[in-house]
Amino acid sequence: MSIFLTKDSRVIVQGITGGEGSKHTALMLKAGTQVVGGVNARKAGTTVEHGDITLPVFGTVSEAMSETGADVSVVFVPPAFAKDAVMEAVDAAMPLIVVITEGIPVQDTAEFWAYAASKGTSRIIGPNCPGIITPGEALAGITPATITGSGPIGLVSKSGTLTYQMMFELRDIGFSTAIGIGGDPIVGTTHIDALAAFEADPDTKAIVMIGEIGGDAEERAADYIRANVTKPVVGYVAGFTAPEGKTMGHAGAIVSGSSGTAQAKKEALEAAGVRVGKTPSETAQLMREVIAAL
Amino acid sequence: MTVDLYEYQARDMFEKHGVPVLQGIVADTAEEARAAASTIGGLTVVKAQVKTGGRGKAGGVKVAKTPDDAFEAAKAILGLDIKGHVVKRVMVAEGAAIAQEYYFSVLLDRANRSYLCLCSFEGGMDIEQLAVERPDALARVDVNPSEGITLAKAKEIAVAAKFPAELVHKVAPVFVQLYGVFTSEDTTLVEVNPLVLTDDGRILALDGKVTLDANAEFRQPDHAALEDKAATDPLEAKAKEHDLNYVKLDGEVGIIGNGAGLVMSTLDVVAYAGENYGGVKPANFLDIGGGASAEVMAAGLSVILGDPQVKSVFVNVFGGITACDAVANGIVAALEMLGDTATKPLVVRLDGNSVDKGREILAAANHPLVTLATTMDDGADRAAALAAK
Repeated sequence: MSIFLTKDSRVIVQGITGGEGSKHTALMLKAGTQVVGGVNARKAGTTVEHGDITLPVFGTVSEAMSETGADVSVVFVPPAFAKDAVMEAVDAAMPLIVVITEGIPVQDTAEFWAYAASKGTSRIIGPNCPGIITPGEALAGITPATITGSGPIGLVSKSGTLTYQMMFELRDIGFSTAIGIGGDPIVGTTHIDALAAFEADPDTKAIVMIGEIGGDAEERAADYIRANVTKPVVGYVAGFTAPEGKTMGHAGAIVSGSSGTAQAKKEALEAAGVRVGKTPSETAQLMREVIAAL
Repeated sequence: MTVDLYEYQARDMFEKHGVPVLQGIVADTAEEARAAASTIGGLTVVKAQVKTGGRGKAGGVKVAKTPDDAFEAAKAILGLDIKGHVVKRVMVAEGAAIAQEYYFSVLLDRANRSYLCLCSFEGGMDIEQLAVERPDALARVDVNPSEGITLAKAKEIAVAAKFPAELVHKVAPVFVQLYGVFTSEDTTLVEVNPLVLTDDGRILALDGKVTLDANAEFRQPDHAALEDKAATDPLEAKAKEHDLNYVKLDGEVGIIGNGAGLVMSTLDVVAYAGENYGGVKPANFLDIGGGASAEVMAAGLSVILGDPQVKSVFVNVFGGITACDAVANGIVAALEMLGDTATKPLVVRLDGNSVDKGREILAAANHPLVTLATTMDDGADRAAALAAK
């Protein structure tokens, strides 16, 4: 079991013919994912080859869905066209839309999120995220599938490389699903959405939640954990030394005044019973203790 | 990433979108301020252009009755230090007889993944103070990004903010225009404080704050010119030329890593390690992203080595899509490119994809400045120790 993505998921790639889309389609296939096709309006009717696998390219998402039974779309479309691509997938009622694209104007994200929320038929992960991996089953995104295998830990993080770092630290234990929700100010799936799904997933025994400076998503997640999560949660927050007013790489990662600091997030999580590590290695150590005590 | 505008830039942007504003002319010298005041005529207000609040209290806003007054006012304000911001420019603005002051803003609401409008009939004071002391006086109205602020919505906002009926129809069209600025300029914040009613019954945006979304630069060709290049740190400017995501900090250990989260985490781990070595700290944030080519690595290293405060460098890379052998080759090639200008010790930690090959390449190159670390913690410790020497 896992959350949001399984070995039965049927994945299409929006932007399958582009450089990133093509490279990561190959890696997703290699990770065991059932990639069943792609979308590019200008190349409809053609195919792309990956080893001995031939994938059809469709003109629209809805056509791709009806022809292939796809239930996941991974979006690699450039920022200027990403909003239309996501809206199209929402219109087609695609159940899961994973938006990898970095650099989408935040008002575009606000619009496609509002549109998806009004329709109520699609879950969006991202944008500006590494996507989601259920090790040993499927990958919808760009997380390296070779770091570790299946196991009892669920992971949710804003950051890609910190996800990889944490999976690497705990590679001998393994993960049910690892989901990178993205570092933009507005994201489709939040820490809370992932926590709720991990709580309900029988194969996830413990959860590691990675946050970073900016916004108050971690504080809200802490409130949620206190009220709703019975499984042990270990936390890590990056950015203790980040100064006020400087954006640290992610558009959302900025300390403004007293809000959004790593210290405030750590305190909120600890008040909710979450054990918070000072560093990735200490966080991994806390998780080992949790797993040993299960 | 976002870009905050100066008041005069916000004023110009408001004017472009039909928001009623007063005439305003910028001046970099007292003489220019005198000329601006005589162009505008009558009473003027000379205002420091700084990106911080509280400039009135700091003496950064002065009323001038004559052009000579404006000259004196500008002379007093230019060069003033307001909370660490030195005033290099003033705006000479037309004076107005103010009857009432209000507050209006529309902003990105991260928590609700939506837009939020804040509005109050009681303006003129610090809005954070108002929100704490008299929360019922500050209307908070959700704005659906699919629907925006229509005239009907604007009236709803004005009523919620307790504007009397005779003023609702007057302020509502201005709210619609301000929302036009918010969306058509790809901003994350448009704030007017104060929005005023003049004695002669006009609604005017007297002071504005606008924050731009840098992700939208591809469709906002005018925005690049609004960035404050002179105020940018020279190392940050150099990094920007190479499209590097660099933030200068005040420490001794240069940091290079891939991915924003991992780099932020590296800063923390180095700061913790530094506690054991007399308190050495990270010197910068530098994310080289996924493709750590030799060119990117060389550009990053040369920016960091250009910081005279830097005493050691910690390269912390987790090979994901980019394999460690490519990163190692990048480091070796970068050191070759930099030659004798590379003088500071480098601690390199590699893990992930093709780590063995990466470490072999660095071991074979056997560069006298490079030390290999086994883990992230080990690398941070070694780099901090080297910086403390």
